[in-house]
Amino acid sequence: MSGPRIVYNEGYLDEQTKRVVRRALLKGVAIPGFQVPFASREVPMPRGWGTGGVQVTASIIGPDDTLKVIDQGADDTTNAVSIRAFFEKVAGAASTTRTDEATIIQTRHRIPETPLTDNQIMVYQVPIPEPLRFLEPRETETRRLHALEEYGLMYVKLYEDIARYGHIAKTYDYPVLVNNRYVMAPSPIPSFDNPKMHQSPALQLFGAGREKRIYAIPPYTDVESLGFDDYPFEPQRFEQPCEICESTEVYLDEVLIDDQGGVMFVCSDTDHCERTLTARELDQSNTDQSNTDQSSTDPITDHITDPLTEVNA
Amino acid sequence: MNDETPLLSVTGASHRYGERYGCRDVSFDLWPGEVLAVVGESGSGKSTLLGMLAQRLALDEGRIRYRTARQHGAGADGAAEELLDLSTLSEREVRRLWRTDWGFVHQNAADGLRMHVSAGGNVGEPLMANGWRHFGQIRAEAEEWLRRVEIPTDRMDDAPTLFSGGMRQRVQVARNLVFGPRLVFMDEPTSGLDVSVQARLLDLIRSLVSELGLAVVIVTHDLAVARLISHRTLVMKDGFVIESGLTDRVLDDPQAAYTQLLVSSILQG
Repeated sequence: MSGPRIVYNEGYLDEQTKRVVRRALLKGVAIPGFQVPFASREVPMPRGWGTGGVQVTASIIGPDDTLKVIDQGADDTTNAVSIRAFFEKVAGAASTTRTDEATIIQTRHRIPETPLTDNQIMVYQVPIPEPLRFLEPRETETRRLHALEEYGLMYVKLYEDIARYGHIAKTYDYPVLVNNRYVMAPSPIPSFDNPKMHQSPALQLFGAGREKRIYAIPPYTDVESLGFDDYPFEPQRFEQPCEICESTEVYLDEVLIDDQGGVMFVCSDTDHCERTLTARELDQSNTDQSNTDQSSTDPITDHITDPLTEVNA
Repeated sequence: MNDETPLLSVTGASHRYGERYGCRDVSFDLWPGEVLAVVGESGSGKSTLLGMLAQRLALDEGRIRYRTARQHGAGADGAAEELLDLSTLSEREVRRLWRTDWGFVHQNAADGLRMHVSAGGNVGEPLMANGWRHFGQIRAEAEEWLRRVEIPTDRMDDAPTLFSGGMRQRVQVARNLVFGPRLVFMDEPTSGLDVSVQARLLDLIRSLVSELGLAVVIVTHDLAVARLISHRTLVMKDGFVIESGLTDRVLDDPQAAYTQLLVSSILQG
């Protein structure tokens, strides 16, 4: 016996709600970096899991779209998989893990390594949209500071970092100045990704479900990371290449591989890592015809010693 | 700049708390470099007057004019300074005055400082608010000012929560003078400190004020403070100014009965 059939509206949210969100998005695009309040609705996931991003995606997605969801750079984590499945079900959209095939990329924590194009939309899940929050707790006051363009306070935070640590210690959610006007929190992406927002050809939308704010960066907009003249913004750097695909100039995750404290550094962007690896292996098999040994299935698990086999051995 | 014009001109200023007047019909002019003490018993309207001058309380009657140049409009930079009614200024202009022209030293340092930001950060904040974007310069300036208020340089990166009351008050003074204001409001800056610390802070304020040529409005209930640092004194009672004049004249030859009482009630050592 089959259960009762539930028919959802396309994109899950009802049409009125989608209009509310789209109106907020349009205002956000018109005033780059400005936080537009909106009536955040319930979606079938807990607040703090990306409800803002899901509402933005739900309002812009259609059956022609191809959705990619990134969680900490990975496409295969629980949240990413279930959000992808959710939109396949309620919007009839296709989904992909490949950055270059996606039209909408919803993300938490990362901007893909593959350069974005002008027919793509980035949707960020934002936990705390107010960059001044921990310096000035009053929302009435922070809105006034934004309105009057008084951003001295933001620099106090940077000053404190340099005075204490000798450099700006903030490595994620690093504040940016959008279009030379509004200071904006770019959601908890690593400062490594900050330069990718500058003059990006893709439209960038930010949704904060719990805090009920939407903001946006239109394509080809100036996004400047804050800094002092003598201590300018510096993105994080990594000395070693990815241990799987050997890419350099990418953001790396530290992965524990045994209980002896062994670690390896691998690409945080799983799609980039896989494609680089495949391309390299193809290259190798082209040059070296005899190489037919392609046993590797999952690069990380290959490196992990199975505790059971050790015990059995 | 015209020395014939006062820096601050107050006429018939009143503030009401509901039906009651907190302070009524106060008029005075303040000139550049002048220190004005407002004395009176508690509840006499001193702090209400200061709140009104500092735009923290609404002005219900009268007007307050301040000598400044309009920032926007014809010839913004070269615009002549004129006495402008504060009620005609936009919020943006008033906040600009707070950043560039006015300081406010609170009675309780915790109200005027960010208690969890280092002393250097506290002193540097007004500079950053005024657009300084060079860490080395901000830090050097903050260090210089902390030195001037006698905070040891090695305490620069400590938060005011770790400071004594007197040190906090001195950090607050530095924070309010670092951007070179022309007018500083002080609300009982020395009460709550013990006598020797009070004396040192007053001495410091007096020397900085004369060195920088600041105009100061200082509210105090302590006649000794008024005597020590002010040129002119207003005596307030029940919301009215009952006597005003040169400090020495008011304290040596009080005319109003209440002032006589106030002067004679000072404990003689």
